[in-house]
Parts: sequence; C-alpha cells; structure tokens
Amino acid sequence: MSATVSLAATATATAASTASGTPGFLSPTGVEILFLLVGLLTLGAAITAVTTRQLVHAALWLVVALGGIAVEYLLLSAEFIAWVQVLIYVGAVVVLLLFGLMLTRAPIGRSPDADSGNRPVALAVAVTAAAVLVTVVVDAFRTTWIDLENGAPQGTTDVTGRILFQHWVLPFEALSVLLLAALVGAIVLSRRGDGRNGTGAADGGER
Amino acid sequence: MHLAYPAVLAVLLFCTGLYGVLARRNAILVLMSVELMLNAVNLNLVAFDVWLRDTLHAGQALTLFTITIAAAEIGIGLAIVLLVYRNRGTSHIDRLRELAETGGTGGTDGTGRPAETDGPTVADATDNPADTRLTRGEATA
Amino acid sequence: MSTTTLAVLVPLLPFLGALTGLLLGRRAPAYVRPLAVLPTLASAALAAAVAVRQGGEGALTGATRLAPTGNDALPVELAFHLDGFAVLVAVLVAAVASCVQIYSTGYLRDDPRYPSYAALVSLFTAAMLLVVYSDDLIVLLVGWEVMGICSYFLVGHYWETAAARSASLKAFLVTKLGDVPFVIGILALASKAGTFRISTIVTRLTSPLSGFELEHPTVIALLLLAGVAGKSAQFPLHTWLPDAMAGPTPVSALIHAATMVAAGVYFVARLLPVFTSSAAALAVLAAMAAVTMVGSALAALAQDDIKRVLAYSTVGQLGYMTGALAVADRGAAVFHLISHGVFKALLFLAAGVLIHAAGTNSLAAMSRTGGLAGRAPDAYWTMTVGLLALAAVPPFAGFFSKEAVLAAAEHAALDPAEGAAHAVPSAVGWAVLLAGLLAAALTAAYAARLWLLAFHGRGFAVPGGSASPGGSAVPGRVGQPVVMNAVLWALAGPTIAVGLLYGALPDWFDGRSLAPTLTTSVLGTGLAAAGIVVMYAAWRHSTATAAARAPLGAVAAHPEAEPAVSEAETIATHRAAYGDIAAADDPADPGRLLLGPLHRHAARGFHLDALYAAVAVRPVLAAARLVRFLDREVVDTYVRGATGTARLLGTAVRRAQTGNVQTYLGLLLAGSLVLAVAAALVAAGA
Repeated sequence: MSATVSLAATATATAASTASGTPGFLSPTGVEILFLLVGLLTLGAAITAVTTRQLVHAALWLVVALGGIAVEYLLLSAEFIAWVQVLIYVGAVVVLLLFGLMLTRAPIGRSPDADSGNRPVALAVAVTAAAVLVTVVVDAFRTTWIDLENGAPQGTTDVTGRILFQHWVLPFEALSVLLLAALVGAIVLSRRGDGRNGTGAADGGER
Repeated sequence: MHLAYPAVLAVLLFCTGLYGVLARRNAILVLMSVELMLNAVNLNLVAFDVWLRDTLHAGQALTLFTITIAAAEIGIGLAIVLLVYRNRGTSHIDRLRELAETGGTGGTDGTGRPAETDGPTVADATDNPADTRLTRGEATA
Repeated sequence: MSTTTLAVLVPLLPFLGALTGLLLGRRAPAYVRPLAVLPTLASAALAAAVAVRQGGEGALTGATRLAPTGNDALPVELAFHLDGFAVLVAVLVAAVASCVQIYSTGYLRDDPRYPSYAALVSLFTAAMLLVVYSDDLIVLLVGWEVMGICSYFLVGHYWETAAARSASLKAFLVTKLGDVPFVIGILALASKAGTFRISTIVTRLTSPLSGFELEHPTVIALLLLAGVAGKSAQFPLHTWLPDAMAGPTPVSALIHAATMVAAGVYFVARLLPVFTSSAAALAVLAAMAAVTMVGSALAALAQDDIKRVLAYSTVGQLGYMTGALAVADRGAAVFHLISHGVFKALLFLAAGVLIHAAGTNSLAAMSRTGGLAGRAPDAYWTMTVGLLALAAVPPFAGFFSKEAVLAAAEHAALDPAEGAAHAVPSAVGWAVLLAGLLAAALTAAYAARLWLLAFHGRGFAVPGGSASPGGSAVPGRVGQPVVMNAVLWALAGPTIAVGLLYGALPDWFDGRSLAPTLTTSVLGTGLAAAGIVVMYAAWRHSTATAAARAPLGAVAAHPEAEPAVSEAETIATHRAAYGDIAAADDPADPGRLLLGPLHRHAARGFHLDALYAAVAVRPVLAAARLVRFLDREVVDTYVRGATGTARLLGTAVRRAQTGNVQTYLGLLLAGSLVLAVAAALVAAGA
C-alpha cells in the first residue's frame, strides 16, 4: 500500500509537470468513451459473476468479464496480451472451472446457499476497500495522461516477443518449470489412493 | 487516455473479486473470484506499462507470467477442490472447519462430518487384511 | 609444643570431634562415643596445661589475619588472648563439657539421635571455648551465634513433645532478640575504638597515657548489655532459661553451668572498661542484677519441677555475677562463675539421676514417694553437697565466691572514694549488696525446700532403708548407670574445694583480694541460716497440717529404659498431671506457705511471659493476620482478577475461532485495510 502511495506521489509529480497539456475529464476522447463503456460492461459482468445464485451462470458471466478485460487490453494497445488473455482465460481457465463445477456436482439452476453467512462482512470489507483505493488512486492519478497516439508501438506481438525472448528469457524458462511442476502436482493430487484399492474409487473416477 | 480510467476499473474489479472470495460458499466460485482479482492486477500492470513506456516492458512481461501462473494455480486449485470434495462430500468451504478446536462451539458441522467419513475408510484399511488372514487361516485349518 | 599451639588445639579438638561425629554418626555407631568423649577430654587436659603454663603471668596473645573488611585499619583477625580469666574459664568449660559428655553416654545410651546430640554438644563446647579464647570481637560473635543455634537444637532434643519444641524456639528467639542490638553494639564499639581486638580496646581505655575517650559509652554499653542479658538470662530476657528445661538434663547442665549463660558474664568481664566508662550502664547493670537476683529466688521458691528450681537458681546466681560486674570487680564475677559452674553442673546432673530414679520431675510427687535418698544414694549425697554450696554454707565453694561478690559490693557501697577510679556510684554498690543479701536468704530457703521435698518425703513412703545402692523401693526401678554416678562424685570434689582457691586466684585475675570479709560473711551466712531454718519450720508445719494430703503425682512408665526416656515422658506429662508446666497444686508445699499470695505469681515467673504475650506476641500475631488478610483478600483479588480477565478475553477470542477460513480472511483484510488507511493518512501528512 505504501508502495502504491509512493508510486502515486512520483506519478503526481510527473503529472504536475505535464499538467498544462492534459485534457480534462469533461472532454473525453473516443478511446476513453469506448474504454469507459467496456469497463462498465466488465464491471457489471464481474459483479454479476460474484453475486448470481446460479453457479454455471457465474462461470459464464466470468467469461464476459474476462473478455471485457481483453478488450481493455486492446484499447491500451497491448494486443498480444489481449489475445493471450482470450486464449488462456476464456479458452482454458473457464472451461476448467466449468469442469470443476460439473465434477463437484454443482446444482444446475438457482441454489439458495451460494453465499455464505459471511456476506455482510465481505460486503463491508469490499466496499470499504473500494472506497479507500478509489480515493487514493483518483487522488494520485487524476491528471496523468497516457499518450497512446505518439511514439513507438508498445504492445504489438513483435515488440512483446522481442522483449520476452531478449530480456525475460530466463524467467520465462523458469516459468516453464513452474508449469511443469503444477502439471505434475495436479496429476499427483488427482491420482487416488496411491494404488490402494479403496472402495470409494468408483464414484470419483471421472477425472 | 487518462490513467485514472484503467486504474479505477482495476480497483473496482479487485474489490469485486475480494467480495467474491469472502462471500462465496462454493470453493470453485471462490477460485473464480481469485481470477477476477488477478485480472485486475494484470490490467494495472498493462496500463502502467503503457503509461511509463518502459523499454523492457516489464509490466507486459509480468502480465504474461501472471496469466501463466494463474493457469497453473487454477489447475492445482481445482485438483485440491476435487480431492476435498471426494473426501468430504462437499465443496462448501464454510463446512471445512478443521481449523477450529475440537469440542468448540463453532464447528459442529465440520467436526462431525470428517469423523463419519474417515471412520469407515480407516476401519476398512485395517480390517481387510485381518479378514483375509483369518479366512486364509481357516482355509489351511 | 608451644603454649600457642596448645591453645589453638583447645577449641579445635571438640570442633573436629563434632565434625567427624556428624559425618560418621550413622555409618559407624561404634565410634560415636569415643568421638564424643575423647576430644572433649583431651581439650580439657590441654586447657589445664595451657592454664598451668600461663600461670597467671602476663597475657599471651597471638593473631592471624582472617578476612579483610574493606577498611585496612579494621581487619578481622583470628586472635586469641590468654590471660588468667581466659585460661581458667576455659578449664571450667572443658571440664564440665567432659563431665557432660561422659554422663550423656549413660543418660542417652539407647537414644537413636545420640550421634547428632553428642556432636552438637561438642560443637557447643568448641564454640564456647572459641568465645573464651578469642580476642577478636567478630570471631567471638561467631562462637556466640554458634552457641545460639546449638542451644536451639539441643533444647529441642525431645522434639516429639510440644513443650520442647516451643522451648527451643523461645530460647532461640529471645537470645536473638538480644543479639541484634549486640551486633550493632559491637560494630559501634569497633568503629569508635578503631579495632576489633578486645585487648587493644581495653588497653586504650585503661592506659592513662593514651588519653583515649570512648564516644557515646552509654549507648554502646547498653547495646552490648542487651546481648548479654539475652545470653546470660538477665531480668527482661531471662524467660527462655526456665523453659529450656524441656531439654535433656545434661544439656541443661552444659548450658547453665559452663557454656551459654556464662558467655555473657565472661564477655562483660573482658570488656569491663567499656562498661565502667559509663555510670549509667553500671546502674542499669546493677538494677538488672538486683531485680534478677530477688525475682528469680522468689520464683524458684514456687516451682514444682526440680529442674525449673535449678534453672531459676541459675538466673539468680548469674545475677550475682552481673552484680559483681556492676561494682566493677570482675575477679569476683569470674570466681563466682567458676564455682557456680562446678556446683550447678553437679546439681543438674544429680537432678537427672533423681528424675530417673523417681520417675518424675515434680517435687510434689517426690515428696509423696519417699525413700529417694535410699534408692539413689550417690545422687543424694552429691546433691546435698551441691545444695550446700548453692546456699553458700561456709566450707563449700559457693560461700567463698558469693562472699567475694558481697565484699566487692560492700566495698563499692561503703568506700566510694576508692571506687572513684572506676566511677562506680555508691548507690550501685548498695543496690547490689542489699539485693545480694536478700537473695542469699531466699537462695538458702529454696535450696532447703528442694532438699526436704525431694529426699525427705513421707506420705506413701515404702520404707526406704534398703541400703544397697540402686536397691529398688518401687518395684521395677533399676539402678543408675555407673558412669553417671562417677561423674557426680568427680564433680563433688571441686564443689567442696574450689572455694579454697580464693587465696590463689587473685594472682590469675586483677590482683584484688577475693577473701571474705567479716561483716558480709557473718551477715550472709546468718541470713542463709535463717532462710534454712524458716524453710524447715514451714515444711514441718505444712507436712503436719496437711495430713490428709491428696494423692498427687504421676510416674514415668518405662523405668527400665534409658534415663532420657523417663525425662522426656515426665516433661510431656507434667502439664496433664499437675495442671501447669511449672507449678503443682500441692497444699503441702512449704513454699506456698511462705510466699502466701505471692505464690501464684511467682510460679508463673511474675507473669513476664504474659506481658511479653500481650506486648509482643499478640501484636505480631495480629499483624500477621492482617498481612494474611491483605494477601488473601486484596493482593489475591488482583491476581484472580488478572486471571479472570485473561480467561474472559480468551473465551471471547475463542468465539472468533470458528474454523471458517472466510471469516479469518475477512478479518485479516479488514485489519490490513485499517493499516492501509492509517499509512495513507500518515503519508498524506494528515
């Protein structure tokens, strides 16, 4: 949090220097209007995803929210990440989640007990956190301007690929090892009974 | 574009995910909420990277890594949830109250259930060899 | 061997005997008796050799530095100072201790605790010899305190009985009460005089050349006097001594005759110049002596326990010694100390034989038994000698020493001009003289009472004429151990003879004549004779009138056991049988006739114990109850409150521990949110 604040402080400083050439909020550009609309859609989908009582619907609303974020990436000119987002999240993760719901026999349709008794606390914490963070962030970045039009392209596949395999190749390889470890871990967890002939082997054998 | 737009959106998405993590009962829905929070962070990373025009593009690279790690996390997480479901018969995390002290007031649901489900399996595991040995002994006699 | 080496060995031998006795006592019971007796005997022989070699010549001193005190001018030294007083008192101490050790082998022959008992007696002796020889005040204090703790253990030897337990505690506490001011007095004296060496202090005070004047002599003398009064059982602090009779008889003999009570008198004799530099201190000393002499003699008349009679007589005789010191004649005081040591040891040891023979310590019961003289003829004869000495009948030891005291008092009273050198006020001399004469009559009276009641009882007497020694008139009563009777006879000789040394002793002492003067001899002897006659008449009267005397008395149940068992039993049963630990409700007691209404008070020591109970004991108990109340109800409330709060908080916190991970996480995030807000506010400078 303090890191955010210090970052905000430096950002304010840089923003103040360029404050004269910054357009106001009341005259948004076309990109901004689009970003805002997609952002509202994304937020609405996300809120629905965490509040709906139909579990499968929640997963589907999550697809909408993640897709919205992909569009936002595009609007921020990070195209490669946008496609990766679509591929991995929408394509893989959500499917995995749907499988999970299916395997745990999540009820289709409205389930009255989707939310736990912890809900008021959760609401209070979330709203407070949102209020605090929005206050801080807006206070810090209200005059900061992202220049998308001028300069070299930033998020094209070309740029990203070059960066990734020039500067970030070692973490990238380390990440591949992590993925392998996760793969092995998932398999170990899913294997049952370690060769023991448990009687419960039949009922969960789908995976 | 104003940096405030992606930053505020990220904050709101993050808090939505926070609410989901705290309020959802089903473990898989909790995992979904975690994904939302991770995405909010990713959005922040990308927005700041674009704003700062970093020559290394650390923000985008980290976003890619985060996406990858999130994929791995969801795989492991789902495996764990499935294992729990198989052992406990539920994926409701407010029923998994093993952390409470036994005999306490809070965990009547959670403490009762494992005892019921664990008991037979343990008994099976120990009884079966004894039974077979006994039958073998009878056979030789 | 040089005299110095011999002198060092004198206290060292009993100390080593005590040490080995304590170490080997349980493992090698066969060595216990030799280890107890031989070192003490050797020590007595060496003490005699030292006395002969010293021979009244100039004092021998020797010193070795013992411990630094932080002040180089004021070291603690292991020093000895052998003048005539020291060597003669050492001979007395070692001789009496030897007698007591030999006697104890018979008296406590089957006692399971004999090894530790004998070792403690040896240690006691060693400590007293250290006190006698020591020239250093701190070393003297060490011996002084070792005696205190030994007396605690020895008086409490029969700790199974409640009386012995409380008596040992009382002896310890009362003497310690005096020792606290005593220590302060020693430190004050040493800091004023600039040394711990007694001989140096005395030289500086007496030498006319040094011109040394002690500052605040009265304060120092009175502080020291408190310790002396505690140890030597003088008037306000004497109450422990009669109660100390709950210990075994040899211990009583040791404490009373040679060691503990003599220490105080001896200490004052050594440091007499300090006391004579203050007339007020001498006056206090004289008042103490006078009250002690008369009061203890009256109390002795009323006692029923034979040993308590002797105990009060000890207090009275010590009063004579302090009286002699009050008139600044330490020669007379130490002379009386020596002769009293001899005959009081004899009396106590004989009383031990009597108690065993009679099976009771009560004079009332003895007077009803009769024939005691026939059953214990050795005790009868030796005790008669001892009582005659106590009553100061002319040829015996007590006569000469007591006359020396009275002569010194008379000298101070009638001839104050000569006493001006020592600044003894003539009032002091008069007080000591009059009290001494009155006490002489009373002493003779209670000695006669003891003798008549113990040996000439009638009542249910079985004819006691059987002459065979140890011939048993009461069936089952067995004879006395030979060693005990032998010791009695060994002591009877000096009791007769020691008084005749009055001509030789001044050479050893200060050189002042100890010969009896005509006036005091006639007066003293006449009064003693009067006391005896009056007592005899009263006895005749009371035994004649109280013809229908009620049967009274209890006899110990184990006549064939060792003598100590009889004594322990009789101590334990005295209160039950006679209604009081000290007195008996006996109408035939001549003391009751003579004392009249005073008897009741005298039997209880003039209610001094009750006074102490009211002044000291009850407030202390009340304060203790108050502290207990405060501790239980006030302090503990806080403790209980603390635990209760912690438990309450724990219960409250436990409710939060539901096992629901979401709750935990929610609370965690709420907490971090608060921290975040705080950090943001701090960063913003709000």
